[in-house]
Amino acid sequence: MSDITPYEGRFRSATEESPAARWTMIGVAVIGLGILVFAPLLVVFAEALSKGWWAAIKSLGNRDALAAIKLTLMIAAISVPLNAAFGIAAAWFITKFDFRGKAFLITLIDLPFSVSPVVAGLCIVLMFGANSWAGGWLVANGYPIVFALPGIALATMFVTFPFVARELIPVMVEQGRAEEEAALTLGASGWRTFWTVTLPNIRWALLYGVLLCNARAMGEFGAVAVVSGKIRGQTATMPITIEMSYNEYLSVAAFSMAAVLTLLALVTLLLKTALEIRHADQLASARRH
Amino acid sequence: MHIEIDEISKQFGTTAALAPVSLSIPSGALVALLGPSGSGKTTLLRILGGLEFPTSGRVRFDGVDATGLTVQERRAGFVFQSYALFRHMTVFENIAYGLKARPRASRPPKAEIARRVQKLLELIQLPEIGPRYPTQLSGGQRQRVALARALAIEPRMLLLDEPFGALDAKVRKELRQGLRDIHDETGLTTVFVTHDQDEAMELADLVVVMSGSQTGGRIEQIGKPADIRARPASDFVREFISA
Repeated sequence: MSDITPYEGRFRSATEESPAARWTMIGVAVIGLGILVFAPLLVVFAEALSKGWWAAIKSLGNRDALAAIKLTLMIAAISVPLNAAFGIAAAWFITKFDFRGKAFLITLIDLPFSVSPVVAGLCIVLMFGANSWAGGWLVANGYPIVFALPGIALATMFVTFPFVARELIPVMVEQGRAEEEAALTLGASGWRTFWTVTLPNIRWALLYGVLLCNARAMGEFGAVAVVSGKIRGQTATMPITIEMSYNEYLSVAAFSMAAVLTLLALVTLLLKTALEIRHADQLASARRH
Repeated sequence: MHIEIDEISKQFGTTAALAPVSLSIPSGALVALLGPSGSGKTTLLRILGGLEFPTSGRVRFDGVDATGLTVQERRAGFVFQSYALFRHMTVFENIAYGLKARPRASRPPKAEIARRVQKLLELIQLPEIGPRYPTQLSGGQRQRVALARALAIEPRMLLLDEPFGALDAKVRKELRQGLRDIHDETGLTTVFVTHDQDEAMELADLVVVMSGSQTGGRIEQIGKPADIRARPASDFVREFISA
């Protein structure tokens, strides 16, 4: 045991690395974040304001730009609540019941992650386009799906479908069924059990899922590009408008719109952080259990 | 309440959890379902509580067929192995849950609910913990709160799944006596599941020894603790109670 000598220095915890290793890792992380996240964000805002505030605001103030912002917010307002409801239903079904084909259903929920959004958009065009059986009938009766709001909503919902369910399933699996069973033995109906036990237990996961879903719904490009027809002032969402302006060398207009889209995402993130700080003790107690 | 289990069996898919078993539990008895894991004791308890339905056989409460009663209609006070306290509610809200869940016509007024919850907290000898959350309690305290919550609905019977399983030896001893006292005070027919033969023998009036097999869990012997000790009905019982 002659290799053991008395140690007189500072003690380092077993999981801690040497200072050199720590600073290298921190450095790599900071540089990576800077190049991949902060620099592009700064460039977007810098480009938007390159001709001054007035030019940026004017480019956002025209009728088509306002219509695009309104359309994007409306699509998010339609698809996010519906996907939240579908996501809760799917997660509930998968975690609280045993049935055959469960693994298949989980794979199906993940499908939108693996299918290219463009393909998803094409599927909707094929199904509901004016040349299809269903689409023809709907167009004839004055309810066009493709190149109109319903198609954009459908495409967005398809792409953002997994977010809520994916966020909820692990939480609900971990929590098990015992609390629900307890509520039932205490005489609560299934409906009451859902509102008073299940939902409060998943509310944070649900919030994360909804925020992610919302961010993606506002930013979705590929699927929407196919089904929207890109009609300026009517079916062009914010991401579509950004692309069209950029292709027409209207860089102030493109980047101003991009800045607004970024700000919307940042507001969502701030909202999430604010809620986390405000309910920190509740969050901690829910996780410790 | 007298409970009669008549040729109950349970299949989960292709696995047999419970071979047809029959058992008569006299009103007011404190009964232990004792056996190793896989002997179907928890399944039998959950069938009594209405959380599972039997594949075949009947359950009768006081002679009346109760097999088809829903879990809510059973009015069984159920204490879960992990307690299953509502983690986002205070102890008070946990205990009041069953009373608040009643239909408006039979729901007691707020002050009455508060009075009853306080009485239950005193019964479990934790009168001060109403405002706390389950995470702030020790294992033994949680177990007692779970018991109080089950008693709050004025149950017809009390069903406990491994009620002392997760506790250390000292707390376990205390709570055993606590359960015995509460049972004697309320006179409720009580069934608890355990794999600990000391616990079963010390606490129960009647012990049901169960064993697992390919055809599902079955009952090896039913009897008073002293009788089972003195005259084990099979090699399995002799080995299990001497372990």
